[in-house]
Amino acid sequence: MDSSFCCCCLASIGVLNMTKSNEPIWWSLFSAGGMIAAMVFPVLIIITGILVPFGLAGDDPLNFEKIHSAASHPFIKLILFVIISLPLFHWAHRFKYTLVDVGMKSASTLISIVCYGGAIAGTIITAIALFKI
Amino acid sequence: MSTYLKPVPNTWWLKRKPYILFMIRELTSIFVAGYCIFLLILIFKLGEGSSSYSNFITTLQSPTSITLHIISLIFVLYHTITWFNLTPKILVLYRGEERISQRLVAGVFYFTWTAVSVVVAWLVLGF
Amino acid sequence: MVNRNKKIETGETMQLEILRYNPEVATEPSFQMYKVPFYEDWSILDAVNHIKNEIDGTLSYRWSCQMGVCGSCGIMINNIPKLSCGTFLRDYYPNKISIEPLDGFPVEKDLISDIDDFLTKLTDIKPYIIRNKGEEKSLDEGEYRQSPAELAQFKQYSMCINCMLCYAACPVYALDSTFIGPAAIALGQRYNMDSRDQGREDRQELIASHEGIWECTFVGECSAVCPKDVDPAAAIQRAKVSSTIDWFKDVLIPWRKKK
Repeated sequence: MDSSFCCCCLASIGVLNMTKSNEPIWWSLFSAGGMIAAMVFPVLIIITGILVPFGLAGDDPLNFEKIHSAASHPFIKLILFVIISLPLFHWAHRFKYTLVDVGMKSASTLISIVCYGGAIAGTIITAIALFKI
Repeated sequence: MSTYLKPVPNTWWLKRKPYILFMIRELTSIFVAGYCIFLLILIFKLGEGSSSYSNFITTLQSPTSITLHIISLIFVLYHTITWFNLTPKILVLYRGEERISQRLVAGVFYFTWTAVSVVVAWLVLGF
Repeated sequence: MVNRNKKIETGETMQLEILRYNPEVATEPSFQMYKVPFYEDWSILDAVNHIKNEIDGTLSYRWSCQMGVCGSCGIMINNIPKLSCGTFLRDYYPNKISIEPLDGFPVEKDLISDIDDFLTKLTDIKPYIIRNKGEEKSLDEGEYRQSPAELAQFKQYSMCINCMLCYAACPVYALDSTFIGPAAIALGQRYNMDSRDQGREDRQELIASHEGIWECTFVGECSAVCPKDVDPAAAIQRAKVSSTIDWFKDVLIPWRKKK
């Protein structure tokens, strides 16, 4: 069980040369993350980067009481978890291939570990942060 | 017979505009990740309590924060536009023999994006 | 408009800078400048034929139909892969035109590329109707019938003329020639999406491999340069979707019987 789990992980990041690639898992996460980032990030950036700092959204619209009580709700926590972790996987997959496309293919295993590992770490840290609310 | 293979420099993408635009599209992922980290920090501050969180919200008014936000917005918007324009190529739908117009499919995405943005703004800012 | 039949010389000329390579005398290619008469209706191929006939008979290049259906005459024209028979002097006049052999392929001589890798990939993808054992029809059983709607599903991918402009435009192939490439995958999809075919599993070994669709980063230039609007980029992304669905099915329902 343990060695086949290791096999799966290693195969996923391309260390084991499996003819039928395990890329689909990363590509699915990339696609989901990309769709989420495309849909909700622009408006969120406008809120935290323009509307709130310039006082265009009313008086203290992100005040602690309102946001904290909303974020304490498990459903909201789930939404926050999804909109942070999936775009991280979007970055991981796309950035890995960006580095490959500028000639770093020989280091692709290391790049995979850093990128996907980073996204996994970010996901875990997000869960911890949400747990602490 | 000796053939000649032209070497490919790592700056190949600077050679033509379509490749430059492609690389810019790929680099948008960095700004997506950047905003993820920002949201993550926001969540941590929320967990640290009222004063820590409120201080963080105040720093949103700093020129650094606003500048980073605006630069990120430009790149993330480019991600959104390229994403919605490319997805109809993948989402191939047929009505009998005729393929459903790619512009229509893209239009649905843009419409959904507008609706989602309005709903999110309304929910977050609590109007 | 110049009337070529009356051989009216306008006196106008254009400069073509062509990358020459003769492996018998040099280890690297070098540019050679030629001056050709400018005619409004001349293609690059016409100009190159003029050079070979009237100026320099040693110039070597491929061509055949002169009408954009054989796929022989692909070259780089000002760094963009194009068919020389379908590209015209008038669109560049009065500027100099730079001509090189297709990117991504080793050069044998002048504008002639070594395309063995491409041809191998075209055959490896199994570009023919594959039927399951026992489901082949004998001749007296009649044809495999197909509706116009079913034809529409793959017709676009059948239009490929194997000109390799897509490979020349693809940076992934330039960086790593183990990549199966746009035309081969589009050809695979042409059969995968043909209602008469049952061989998708047979092709997945190649298509869904690391060297297959997963190397593609959707640059999209392959589709931009395709003279037949095959849209190989879309074919590849669609294969990513179907391969992903397959993968999840395999993982979540490992006992399922495959067609």
